[in-house]
This record gives sequence, structure tokens and C-alpha cells, in this order.
Amino acid sequence: MMRITLMVNGEPVTRSVEPRRHLIDFLRLDLGLTGSHAGCEHGVCGACTVRVDGEIVRGCLVLAASLDGAAVTTIEGLTDTGEGAALQAAFIARNAAQCGFCTPGMLMAAADIVQHHPTATRAEIREHLSGNYCRCTGYQAIVDAVESVLEAAR
Amino acid sequence: MNEITPAAIGLSREDLPNSYIGRSVPRPNLPKLVQGRATYTDDVVLPRMVHAAFLRSPHAHARILAIHTDAARAVPGVARVFTGADLAAVCDPWVATLDHLKGMKSAPQYPLPLARATWQGEPVVAVLADSRAAAEDGVAALLVEWDPLPAQLDMETALDAGAVVIHPELGDNLVFARTAEKGDVAAALASAHKVVEANFVTGRHTGVTLEARSILADFNRADGTLTVYHSTQAPHMMQGVFAKQLRLPESQVRVICKDVGGSFGIKVHVYPDEVAVAAMATILGRPVKFVADRFESFVSDIHARDHRIAARIGVDADGRILAFDIDDRTGIGPYSVYPRTSAIEGNQVVNLCGGPYDFAHYRCTTRVVAQNKTPTCQYRAVGHPIATTVTEGLVDLAAEALGIDPIEMRRRNLIRDDAYPTTSPAGMRFEGLSHHAALDKLLAMVPVDAIRADQAESRAKGVYRGLGFASFIELTNPSPFMYGIGGARISAQDGATVRMDPDGSVVVLSGVTEQGQGTEGILRQIVAHGVGVALERVRVITGDTQTTPYGGGTWACRGAGIGGEAALQSAIALKQQILLVAGAMLQAAPESLDIVMGEVVDRASGRARMALSELGRIVYFRGDTLPRDLPRELVQTRHFITKEYPFAFTNGIQASWVEVDVETGMVKLLEHWCVEDCGRVINPMLVDEQIRGGIVQGLGGALYEHCAYDDQGNLLTTTMADYLVPMSAEMPDMHVGHVETPTRESLLGAKGAGEAGTAGAPAALMNAINDALRPLGARVTEQPFTPARILRALGAV
Repeated sequence: MMRITLMVNGEPVTRSVEPRRHLIDFLRLDLGLTGSHAGCEHGVCGACTVRVDGEIVRGCLVLAASLDGAAVTTIEGLTDTGEGAALQAAFIARNAAQCGFCTPGMLMAAADIVQHHPTATRAEIREHLSGNYCRCTGYQAIVDAVESVLEAAR
Repeated sequence: MNEITPAAIGLSREDLPNSYIGRSVPRPNLPKLVQGRATYTDDVVLPRMVHAAFLRSPHAHARILAIHTDAARAVPGVARVFTGADLAAVCDPWVATLDHLKGMKSAPQYPLPLARATWQGEPVVAVLADSRAAAEDGVAALLVEWDPLPAQLDMETALDAGAVVIHPELGDNLVFARTAEKGDVAAALASAHKVVEANFVTGRHTGVTLEARSILADFNRADGTLTVYHSTQAPHMMQGVFAKQLRLPESQVRVICKDVGGSFGIKVHVYPDEVAVAAMATILGRPVKFVADRFESFVSDIHARDHRIAARIGVDADGRILAFDIDDRTGIGPYSVYPRTSAIEGNQVVNLCGGPYDFAHYRCTTRVVAQNKTPTCQYRAVGHPIATTVTEGLVDLAAEALGIDPIEMRRRNLIRDDAYPTTSPAGMRFEGLSHHAALDKLLAMVPVDAIRADQAESRAKGVYRGLGFASFIELTNPSPFMYGIGGARISAQDGATVRMDPDGSVVVLSGVTEQGQGTEGILRQIVAHGVGVALERVRVITGDTQTTPYGGGTWACRGAGIGGEAALQSAIALKQQILLVAGAMLQAAPESLDIVMGEVVDRASGRARMALSELGRIVYFRGDTLPRDLPRELVQTRHFITKEYPFAFTNGIQASWVEVDVETGMVKLLEHWCVEDCGRVINPMLVDEQIRGGIVQGLGGALYEHCAYDDQGNLLTTTMADYLVPMSAEMPDMHVGHVETPTRESLLGAKGAGEAGTAGAPAALMNAINDALRPLGARVTEQPFTPARILRALGAV
């Protein structure tokens, strides 16, 4: 077991973790942050997308043991700080979520666009979200929602 | 009750603030989904819970000689190990046949096999441990001695002499065969001006629900109840299944369906590993959880659409369709899947081919055969994409042979909108469809002239673009003719209970379920509209067999048409009951009153008379002030089942505009259109999103998705890196339009909308690709339309 101390959604957390514990399991099983989801466990589908030290990562590809001293933000943090509010409102208005399983990861990726690529075009939004699979919507509503938030911010 | 018509209940009135039917309002479920506050089955944690992991067969077909469990049981954290024999002591096997599918046969299936594994990925041994990781450690320590057997993989050879018969006691590998025949196909083809034929292949693919199959079962010995948290589309059906297989009274089983992360038909079947979990919980008397990982999903979720079809069409010199002659074969794995069976998809191909068209002579045969691959069963738009691909592929080929424009070809042959009701040569009864209105609407949306001009200009520059069309029909709102008459305990009716609480708010409990379609959203709209309250005053409860009226759940696009109608009738009954009480309180005739936005009003003047919260206060806390014999039950339940037609068919047409890179074989989707007719649209935004999501699922199966096997029966596509699904950058913008032909079977008039996109998209795409390739003399008919297949068609490789 390895002892790690990190910030999760602005709160300090100290835990002992097995070396094989992935970040997504650490968040879900050890911290009860069930908003992030394990979809493929191969780093492909993006359902486990969270932010580590300002960059979005796959929660299923990062080992918790490597995160001593890191700052992690999940969908719960994005909600509590209000950072995700505009995107969340746009997703609701546009029905950009159906089953919702991909949605937290999708919103983390969308927040990354808002943060780092505020001038993204529709094609660039589609490109940026390509690492987040959605089986329900066909993506158009999601792209519309993100585009509307970027436009409103301009 | 007799005078209730859509107009009388206000369905045609869009002037009231609570007239919600037909309005695009957001779903009540979305805030929790976007905030990460949903509760999927894996999010549920119970005291003393253990986790299951399964050893799965590494062979397509093998005898189990011995299972050594000692090392697994010694792994830290491992609690128990279960084999097939252990579970057979408490769990009966099932056989997935339906009586009305004549001659159908399938072998008994156990939660874990007793002597033989029959597909790679079949669960064989279960390990329970205090964590999933420890359970997987336990699986790794298991030792199974296998005797590999020859596997029957190719559906084409499954019926040959000398084929490996997967279940020798059944005699052969033929699970089901059916031929529908009408008119004289041979004579019609002999006299036809032209006969065009083609072979089509629809690739085996699967649903890839982003939330994998999930179950948490807990048996409480103290009261003898089995409680199952289950990611399912059909809680009541599963209640019956668990009870029957585990020999429990149905009343002692409760199935709770929390949030479900996608279903698409994948989660409406009985899976052996899930029944094993319920059996193990029953043996242990403690909670057992199993969540499939992605490898397990690919090898054990049902697959679908593994068909090859040889087909012919005969036309006269004017382009009139005379006959379809179709031979379908499908491989379904070693077992028909319980309880819907794996014969339905082939049966649907027989029922649906040629569906939009007016023709007289029809012959279609399906042969459903066993093979040592993952079992197949019903997946979104069951059989429709196959039937539509064959039909629309042939129609385009015939048009090409005759030199007729594909749009004109369809105009000449689509059944006239005023010809309904009618019965198809395959025997399907259609109440009212709108093929020509849908085509007209589509042509108003698709800039065909501009596209054809662009196409010609592009070709001149060596860029190959194509426009393809596909008309389709879709079967929705099934009656007991689908499953019930075959002996399956699958309910075609559904119920809703609507009640008013003391504060004037309304609760609806429904037997249909929510997996993202927006079922709860439309139930809320219907009930708010029906009772006369604001949307926010209605709470929707689904997915619990202990509290909701008995129903079939959500599949075959029945949520709105069946569940919605039950909710509407309950809401109307509650409103009448409320007005009866209000009339007594206000000394007014109930029919002179109405309810608008939670207020009892004078119907003629609209003047507010009493808030529902005041009525609730009096009924619940001062009932002594009401007339002694006044009925005051502010709760009503109604159930609905269709009676006139076995199915409510819908229709529509799609168009796909693509560019094919003839150097690389890559297909670029430029734009996509769909016009469909699902009867009354309750929430236009939700219907549009169902159509769009369905289109993309259809495009995925036609372009990327493929369960590929090696020659030993090993599935090669077991991660999302190997099995490709559509991504946002590859998908086009989609334009959706509607024609509304309400069914007269219900007040609501709603038919289903969830599968139309998937039904038509592959055929529209195929026709678009072939339109692009036409100048090069190339054609593809085998899905998925991979770059390799396109380059082969071009003779480039």
C-alpha cells in the first residue's frame, strides 16, 4: 500500500492505496465520487475523464499512487464551483445527454474546450470531443450545446 | 368516458399554459445526469456485498474435464467459488423458444454450463471476493482442464452434412425456418421486364452500452425476499425470470432499476452470468454484485445482425415492382436467447422486406442456424436495418437498370398514403402510413438539385460524392402477438398510477422504464397536461416492481405509445375525480370546472376557484367537511393495451450525402436527413434526438462496427480500440422532419420513434456510397463498408 495526499475538488485527501489502484477506482470506490464512470478501461471511451493539475486525463489510465501532491477535479467539483454551470444548462436545454453515462466525462472535455480553446469552431469542437464516446445522442446536440456556450462567452 | 376524444381532453389545445403535449421541454432527469448525481447500478453499495468475476471459456467449443478451485479459494479476499453444478442445485435451466414460431428449437441453458462450453466468452466458473480485483485474482488462480472440440462457426455450412451439431440431442443446427409466400413469384419474375439480383451481408455487431451490464442481487433469508438492482429495460419481466429459475414465488422477488446507462435492446435479455449472480446471492444470503468489464461486454452481450441475404427484384418496363424473392440466413450462436428468442430477427426480415412498396408477389425465407459464437438477439431496430438494406438496395439497383431516378422510382412504387389501411404481402397490417408525404417533406429539406450539380462538378475533379435514399417502415407498440402468444411472460400491456398528494402535486408511477430516451420526461408532460398542473408539480417514478403497476418496460418503442397512453388515461381519470370533489366543495357541476396550472377554474370564464393544494388539504385533513358519500380517492390507475392492430407501424425516409475517397476507401459523411412519422409527437426535441442517435447507431453498424472472429471462433474485437464506434468528428449534422399520422388506437395517438433512425440509416448510406461509386462501375453490399471492402470493389486491392 502506498500513502498519498492530494487535493480532490479543493479538499485535501490522504489515503493508502494499492499500487494497482486506478484513479477512476480511487475516486469511485475510495472517495465515493461516483459521478465519473468506468466505460472501457482502455483509455478509449472517455467516460472516466477528469482533470489532473489543469489537464484532462483518463481516470482509467492513471494510477492513484502517482498522484501524491496532485490536484484532481471531477464532475462533482465542476458542479460545486459553478465552473460547469453554463455547460450544464446548455446540455439540459439542448437534451445533449440521454442515458447520461458519458455525460460527466463529456462535460470535463467540454470544460477543457471552454478553458483552453474558447474560439473553437464547430469542427474543432467535434475533433476535441472525439475522445469521448456517446452511444445515445449521435453527438449533434452535444456539439450544439458546447458551441452555444462558446458563442455566449464571446 | 365514452365522449373522451383528443379534442375533448384538450389535446388539440395549445393555448393553456399546461398544454405540454407537443412541446419541447427539458427532461426532469437531466440535472442529476449533468451533475454526476445519477445512480447507476454500480453506484449502489450494500453491507456485506461481495463481487463476482467469471472465468470465461477460452474456446469456442470445449468439454470441461475438470475444474480445480483450491488455489482460487486461497487467494486473499476470495469468499467462494461456484461451478455450474453448484448453481444447478438452486437454479433451473431455461429454453428460449416461442410456441408461435413453428418448429423452433433450442437447448436448455444453465447459468454456468455443466459439461461443455459452446462459445468463447461463455461464463464457466464464478469467483466471489470482497473486491472485484480480488475476484479477478481468484479467477486467474482457477485451473480448468479443457478438451477442445471442433467448432461450427460458419453459418453457411451449419446445415451441411458433416457439420458439427452443437447440441446433438436437437438433431441438427437449424433453430428456426420460415417462408412467407404470396402470389406467384416464379411467374412474376419470368414475365418481368428486368430482374436484378444481389447478395447482401449485414455485419455482426453489438450495442456497446457505455454502462456495461450491471447487477446487484441480495437475498434476505429473514423474509425470503430476493432484491435485485439491475440495469435492465424490463424489471417486471426479470422479476418473473428470477422467480421462475430460482424457484421463488414471484411476489418474493423485487427488481429495482435505477439509472440505466444505455440499453438499445442489449439489456432486455436474460444473461447466464446475471442469473448466476442472483443464484449465488440466494445461496449465500448476502449481496452479490457483478458489473461486466468491456471485454466481457463484447464476448457476452448479445450480438446481432449477422445475416447474409440473396435477393432478387422483378420490375416491369415502367419501373413498377412486381416481385421480391429473398433468401435470408442468420447465425445466432449456440443458444437462442431467453425469453425473446433469437429467431425474431430473421422473422422480422421476412415480415418487413418490401414493406413500403405496392407489389403483389413475395417470397422470403429465413433460416436461423446455431453456431459457436456469442449468442445474438434483439438489438435496436430488430431486423429492420437488414430488411431495409435489402429492399432499398434492390430498388436502387432496379432503378439503375431501368435508367430511372431513384426518387422517381420510389414515387412510382411507394404505397399511396390514401391506400391505408392495408395488408402487406408478408401479412403485416398497416393502419395508416405516409410514405408520399414523408418523401415530399424530405425533398423540401434536401437540396437535391444543388447536390446533383455539386456531384457532377466534383466528379469532373475526381471527387466522388453520392446521394442515397431509403424508405422504411418500423414496427412499434407490439401487442401480445409479438411474444405473449408464444408463451413468453412478456407483458404487452402497461399500467400507470397517478395520484395527487396533499400539496396539490402529482406523482405518476409507471411500468415503462427510462434508459435515456426521455420516457420519464414524456410521462411528466402527459400527466401535467392530462391533470392540468405545471410540469414541475409532477414527479415520475419508474423502475421498481414493488411500487409500479405491472408492465413490459421499455422496448420496441413502446414507452410513449403504451406507457404514455396508460399515463394519459390515468391522468384524465384523476382529473375527473378531482373535479368531482371540487364540484361538491364549490357547489358547482364538475363539468363546469377545469384544472389549469394547479388551480380549479370555472371552465367558461377561466376564473380561479380553488388551488389544488387547498383541495388536497381538505380531502386529506378535513374529510369530515365533505359530503359523507363523496368518493375522494385522489389516485387512479389505468392499464393500456393495443387491441385493433398487432403492431403500430411507423414509416419514414432518409437521405445520406457522402464522399468516398477512392484512393483510401474512406467514406466521409457529409450530411444526413430523416423524415419520419411516429404519430403524435409528444416532445419534438426528444423525438429528434431519438432519431439522430438512432441514425448514428445505424451508421456505426454500416461503417465501422464489427464483431470479427478468427477461424477458431475467437472474437478479435474485444476492446473499444478494436471495435470501432462512431466518434463526434466523423458524424454529420442530421436534419429531422416529421409527418404526424396519429394511431386511432389511443387518445394520445403516439407511435414509437426510437428505432426509425437505425432502421433506415444503413440502407441510405449504402445507396449513397454506391451512387458515388457508380461512375467507376463499383458497388458494395457487404457491411460494414470498410475501406478495404470499398477498395476491393474498386479493384484497387
